[in-house]
Amino acid sequence: MKIHLSRRYRFSASHRLHSAQLGEDENKRVYGKCNNPYGHGHNYIVEVAVSGPVDQATGMIANLTDLDAFVDSEVIESFDHKYLNEEIAEFRETVPTTENICIEIFNRLRRFPSARLERIRVEETGLNSFEYAGEPTGATHE
Amino acid sequence: MVYLTRRIEFSASHLYHNPAFSAEENRRVFGKCNNPHGHGHNYVLEVTVAGEPDPATGMVLDLKELKEILQREVSDRMDHRFLNYEVPELAGQIPTCENIAAVIWRLLEPKITRGHLNRVRLYETPDLFVDCYGEGNGAHPNAGGAR
Repeated sequence: MKIHLSRRYRFSASHRLHSAQLGEDENKRVYGKCNNPYGHGHNYIVEVAVSGPVDQATGMIANLTDLDAFVDSEVIESFDHKYLNEEIAEFRETVPTTENICIEIFNRLRRFPSARLERIRVEETGLNSFEYAGEPTGATHE
Repeated sequence: MVYLTRRIEFSASHLYHNPAFSAEENRRVFGKCNNPHGHGHNYVLEVTVAGEPDPATGMVLDLKELKEILQREVSDRMDHRFLNYEVPELAGQIPTCENIAAVIWRLLEPKITRGHLNRVRLYETPDLFVDCYGEGNGAHPNAGGAR
C-alpha cells in the first residue's frame, strides 16, 4: 500500500498572460482578456501531496507544522498578494500560466526534507485546475 | 478500466499522545492535538473501486453492496466514536489521518470482491487528506511512481 498526505494552501495574486515570443495581435488572439496590459488576479489553491514511510512513533508521514512552514517560506510568502510577472523572478521570462505556476511550485517544494514530493495541483479558479508530478527520471524541469 | 467512487461521512474524536514520549515532547510534536480531552472532526471518506462494467448490469459493482460494506466496516466502527479507545484496529497507534486511512484500506480491501479497491481518500478537514493506493496493476492515475 502507498500512502500520500495532501494539504491545501491558498494565495491570491495577479498576473498577465503575454508572451515575448508572440506579436501584439497574436498575444491578444491567444490569451484573450488574460492579455489585458494591467493584469488581473485569482484566488489560487495549491494542493501539495507528499509520500514516505509513516513514522510509528508519531503516526505521520510528515509533521504538518514542518510542511506548513516549508510551503509558507518557499511559496506562499513570495506569491501571496504579488504581481507574479514582476515579483517572481522565474516569471519575468516564463508566462505565468497555471501550468507554469504548477511546475515552479513543484520545483520549489521538491527540496522538502521530511518527505518525498509527489504532486502539485493548482486551482486557478473553482472551475479549472492543473497537476504536475515531475518528469520521468532523466528529464527534470529545473 | 472504470473508476467508481462513493463518499461517506463520519464524525469522531481523537487525540495524539505517544506514551513513550515525555509530556513535553508530546506537546512539542503533537501541539494542540495532544489535548488530553481529545477533539473531533467530520471525516469525509471517498472510496474508489476500479473494474470493468459487467455487460449484463452495466455496473462495476452494485452501489447498494458498496454502501452496506462502508456502513458495516467504517460507519459502525468509527462514527461518533473516540478513535483512540473504541476502535480496536487503531489500538497502539496514533490515530492520525495516515493511520486511520490505512486501517480503512485494510478493512475494505478483502470485502471488495467485484472490481478491486483502488483508492481510499480520507479527509480530516477540507484542507488535509490522505490517499492510500494499492501496489498492483491498474493503480490510480495519481498514484505516482513514474519518477
